[in-house]
Amino acid sequence: MIEWVHPGLLFIFGAFLITLLKGRARQAFLLLVPVLAIFAVASMSPGDYGNVTFTGRDLVFGHVDKLSIVFAWVFTIMSLIGMVYAFHVKEPGEHVAAFLYVGGSLGVVFAGDYFTLFMFWESMAFSSAYLVFARNRPRSVRAGYRYLLVHVTGGVFLMAGIVLNYLHTGSFVFGAVDPDSTGYYLIMTGFILNAAVPPLNAWLTDAYPEATVTGAVFMCAFTTKTAVYVLVRGFPGAEILIWLGVFMALYGVVYAVMENDARRLLAYHIVSQVGYMVAGVGIGTELALNGSTSHAFSHIIYKALLFMGAGAVIYMTGRSKLTELGGIYRTMPVTVCLYMIGAFAISAFPLFSGFVSKSMVIAAASGDNLATATLLLTMASSGTFLHTGLKLPYYMFFGKDSGLRPKEPPLNMLIAMGMAAFLCIAIGVYPAPLYDLLPYAVDFEPYTSAHVTVSLGILMFTLLGFVWFLKDLDPENTISLDTDWFYRKGAKAFMWLARGPVASYEAVVAELANTVVLRSLFATARRGLWADINIVDAIVNGVASTIMGWGSTLRKMQTGTLTHYAVAMAAGIVISILVFSLRAM
Amino acid sequence: MIAKIVRFFGDEEHAKRRRKLLYAILLVVVAADFLVPREHGDFFWDDLPGWGAFYGFISCGLIVYVSKFLGHQGGLMVDEDHYD
Repeated sequence: MIEWVHPGLLFIFGAFLITLLKGRARQAFLLLVPVLAIFAVASMSPGDYGNVTFTGRDLVFGHVDKLSIVFAWVFTIMSLIGMVYAFHVKEPGEHVAAFLYVGGSLGVVFAGDYFTLFMFWESMAFSSAYLVFARNRPRSVRAGYRYLLVHVTGGVFLMAGIVLNYLHTGSFVFGAVDPDSTGYYLIMTGFILNAAVPPLNAWLTDAYPEATVTGAVFMCAFTTKTAVYVLVRGFPGAEILIWLGVFMALYGVVYAVMENDARRLLAYHIVSQVGYMVAGVGIGTELALNGSTSHAFSHIIYKALLFMGAGAVIYMTGRSKLTELGGIYRTMPVTVCLYMIGAFAISAFPLFSGFVSKSMVIAAASGDNLATATLLLTMASSGTFLHTGLKLPYYMFFGKDSGLRPKEPPLNMLIAMGMAAFLCIAIGVYPAPLYDLLPYAVDFEPYTSAHVTVSLGILMFTLLGFVWFLKDLDPENTISLDTDWFYRKGAKAFMWLARGPVASYEAVVAELANTVVLRSLFATARRGLWADINIVDAIVNGVASTIMGWGSTLRKMQTGTLTHYAVAMAAGIVISILVFSLRAM
Repeated sequence: MIAKIVRFFGDEEHAKRRRKLLYAILLVVVAADFLVPREHGDFFWDDLPGWGAFYGFISCGLIVYVSKFLGHQGGLMVDEDHYD
């Protein structure tokens, strides 16, 4: 009986098998692996497994506790939903990348030491970048490179932090990071870059909308939530995260107002929603950490559902701009309904999953007497419903008729959306199984009558605002400047510098070298040659003849008997050991 | 059935009925908020009935106009070919 199966390794080894299989067999395999991984998670119990010694360090591949199990649950469930959604994709590369990506996330979740964590962390960046490249449009390829470069830079910060932290603590064990460690802020930077905390957020909103329709569904689930997981484990109670989280919750909402691209609007709402989780980590109480964890769980499901809905529209119409969509509710009513379930869940309507998880974070802020944080996070909830629940569906499905009459998407896409929609409602109606999975015992009741009526008040009066302010909300044919401006324009300036001033400087230097420098060099070389022949060679020949003299002396010392050599070697070893052990003392 | 519900929210001919339904729901929500029992909350606004409605509406307006202001006057919204 095998004691423990690493669900991440199922995906990573499975990825190599995908290319060997064809047709139905491959499709069956794509569903089989996530199902096996779900079973592996279901049969798991806390403990340390899969310890390997590598270059004298203990690597822990399987650090299993309640926190890692709950994330593994949602990651494996999400991988199954994502695979059903991508079931029709013929190109094996995307499936391989998705498998490696999921495997990497699960690898991070079970990593007990920084080495293992870093290895899987980097593998996630590379495999997910492929999902952007695979869209195969020039814009996507450029966005993919930017995505990769930002993540590689983040990886360097993380690595530097890990090394400094090791020098401070003498250990690679991954746990709560010591605030006195010099690596503290470097590790945090590496982590919050993946959590898309502004100003390190632009990689997400730049790249996700450029990914393939099915790839984006995976991307919206794994990178930021893996980052939330490592923050919960490494930085509980780091106060700066409260304010970064609150800021990002509003940052995403503000940009969503300006956004015209359907999936980029949703991407800004990932930033906003992850803000609640980051704030929860910063608050750091048991209720807050439970809130961050449960909100990550519900968020993965409903955000995937929203991306699947918008993806279905893009897949069927080839358009993603709100200004070019509208009026398609007539022919895509099922997609509208499924999308709206995700929208109610993210907006935290009672009986939907967001209601039972987001409120935990807000209650934790309120319980900690953080008045400003409570008010601003509540304000961001209004913005969430305003955009993902009202603006996006209104302009995408209803609104001005674009004249498009697309059909419903393929059945597998609808089934995947149905699975996610089912979970959004199930968690909202009956949260007990989710609460049981959380890292700390839950003493929280979301369904008090006042909580329900206050939430409905906020949401329904946001709807009233939407109806009244609708004219001012019309999407416009623009893009929004975000922090990627600095490296996009910065790269342009760098290239201009390289092509302009640096290139002309180089030309001048080359010309100078050919005329002045080269001639004087030839003259110097001729003098050098004379010196070489007459002085250096004489010295070298002298040294050589001396060494030859030593050699013949040594030759005389050699007896040619093997035992003599063996004795000499043994003596050398003994002396070495003595010297080293004395130094060690 | 699904198509019917979706059409109710999309078709122009139901606009008046949609409006009536919305105002009815708003009324019920506010009325319910006045009737439910309240425990003493963490902050003063937790004890005010109708707070959710008020704050939701204010938030919505602030988010729309502050964002559009930042986009237009703050120069964050630019032409689509800005980076080309």
